[in-house]
Amino acid sequence: MTARDDMLARIRAALADHPATPTVPREYHRTLPDADVVGLFAERVADYRATVRRVSPAGLPGAIAEALRGRVVVPAGLPPEWLAAADVEPLHDDPPLSVEELDRADGVVSGCAVAIALTGTIILDGGTAQGRRALTLLPDHHLCVVRADQIVGTVAEALTRLDPSRPQTWISGPSATSDIELNRVEGVHGPRNLAVLIVS
Amino acid sequence: MSHPTFLGMPPFPEAAKEALANTQQRANLAKATATIRDKRARAVAEMPDWEHLRLAGAAVKDTVLTRLPELLEQLEERVTAAGGVVHWAADAAQANAIVADIVKAHDGREVVKVKSMATQEIELNNALAAHGIDVWETDLAELIVQLGHDLPSHILVPAIHRNRSEIRDIFVEEMGKVGRPAPDGIGDEPAALAEAARLHLREKFLRAKVAVSGGNFAIAETGTVVVLESEGNGRMCLTLPQVLVTVLGIEKLLPTWADLEVFMQLLPRSSTAERMNPYTSMWTGVTPGDGPQEFHLVLLDNGRTGTLADPTGRQALRCIRCSACLNVCPVYERTGGRAYGSAYPGPIGAILTPQLRGINQHPVDAQTASLPFASSLCGACFEVCPVRIDIPDVLVHLRAKVVEHKRGHLGTEGAVMAAMRATFTSPRRLGAAQRLGALGARVVGRRGRLRLRGPFWIRAWFGTRDLPAPPGQSFRAWWRKQHDRS
Ligand code: SF4
Repeated sequence: MTARDDMLARIRAALADHPATPTVPREYHRTLPDADVVGLFAERVADYRATVRRVSPAGLPGAIAEALRGRVVVPAGLPPEWLAAADVEPLHDDPPLSVEELDRADGVVSGCAVAIALTGTIILDGGTAQGRRALTLLPDHHLCVVRADQIVGTVAEALTRLDPSRPQTWISGPSATSDIELNRVEGVHGPRNLAVLIVS
Repeated sequence: MSHPTFLGMPPFPEAAKEALANTQQRANLAKATATIRDKRARAVAEMPDWEHLRLAGAAVKDTVLTRLPELLEQLEERVTAAGGVVHWAADAAQANAIVADIVKAHDGREVVKVKSMATQEIELNNALAAHGIDVWETDLAELIVQLGHDLPSHILVPAIHRNRSEIRDIFVEEMGKVGRPAPDGIGDEPAALAEAARLHLREKFLRAKVAVSGGNFAIAETGTVVVLESEGNGRMCLTLPQVLVTVLGIEKLLPTWADLEVFMQLLPRSSTAERMNPYTSMWTGVTPGDGPQEFHLVLLDNGRTGTLADPTGRQALRCIRCSACLNVCPVYERTGGRAYGSAYPGPIGAILTPQLRGINQHPVDAQTASLPFASSLCGACFEVCPVRIDIPDVLVHLRAKVVEHKRGHLGTEGAVMAAMRATFTSPRRLGAAQRLGALGARVVGRRGRLRLRGPFWIRAWFGTRDLPAPPGQSFRAWWRKQHDRS
């Protein structure tokens, strides 16, 4: 018998008393009725000690220019006008940048797939303007642009917008640890600075 | 590099006595657990639907257990279809051998590792060391434990027993032996220590060919694996190496993608007491051009089917390893995690470890058999558990098992044994009585002193710590006597 057959047989034997499969009560809240999701998102991201700014579409290039300098990683599909005012050296991931190049970059600018107001979470799924996962991991500074229409209220709403077959990174504030006497320290291995521009 | 092991730990009361004598550890623990308890209470209080989430969480996990064979087969099919390779490991030795073979087929010298309870349970680091493979723990607390040649003491904060100056000394002494040394003149501010860890580990992340992780959830419907973390070390391991091996307990499944709407709320608030943890990675098999191009999923049994076979005990398999039950446990707060002698400390360890080691099927060693007694049955663990595991109920059930197994061995017992037997003939009544009493105990406990009611041997055992010892024989003495005889 293979380990697989052996384990499945043992599991079936363990369930010989045929415990009933319960009906899952789903009375928890799946939406946030009447909430100002953009305002809530901004507040909750700021709680994680990320930098948050709300800008108009016209103000976006200027805000990006203020937030970036040096060598900046640019994922495929990033709208060119985002960098129109920025005085940076763009690093395009085509051909793919090496981990050393990414490690030496000063920052990365990206869009996102979805954002969650209740938890202040940004979700990247490797889609347009996001790139592969390493791009937003190795540079020490991550500037993320979130459009108001990408912000939903709850985790449940976000999941319905996402495609599970795509690799995802859910980001809630800069990297942090509380491993030393439970003191929160921002910035361990991921980007130590997270800046979010909300466009509305 | 060799790694310490939990093998051969003394039974809980003796290990606890040793731990209690360590005043530094007790102080660190009391401060840490109080901090995180308060934080969790706040994170939960802002969720008006928290109790509904708990009910859903428990029911989803029970669904997983009752449908486990079909869900595992579905997961295997989806992961395979997405380019992953699924392995089945009946026990620790099989799982360790599978991982070692994969590592040897590639780089063969080292792996970077994300903190994972399953790999601690199977003592993977020791097994890989025996093959000459270096394992680099990358979670800050795990790094502290590893560099300190130490054992973890908490599920979430494994180095909770160390304070900042101890950590500084470990970094200064040990980092240079295995890689980039700690910066000259480093102080003991948490930010400086975190920076030292960042620099030390970065070269390992950038060069590693193989990573090993655990998983918080795996979605049967889609084949997606989910890892929650804080520091970014998880993202590094899950993204940069070419080969990824994930060791996953078979109970870690969720039936559907949508079930994450429950667990991505329950786990962060129960665990780190945040609205959401800083980073969560989710991946399905292999994605061309993004992340590891070879993915292995090792499905681990190692005593889980034995646990599943017990109708009362199987609820322990709902556990999502949040560690909330540790932080509210008056026994854990005093003894720390290592006294429990396994990767799983605190209340969950007291019910899970004995079952993984077969207490439901056969007599177990003295250390294992002592674990169900490592509790005052106060019930605080159940109240915070996001998946509503009735830990006190399972503890009482397992105590009865211990007594059952012991019965064959004993001749004339002392008064203690007789008293215990009498109570144990009705475990449910015992549980109810103790919990009623414990309500009073917790009120007293909040005012600073912990006073426990219940059978006298529990009071006596606790009493030897903080209160004048009452008359009668302590549980510890009783246990030692029984142990010497068998
Ligand atoms: S038993 Fe419950 S509270 Fe304890 S670690 Fe598991 S899920 Fe968390």
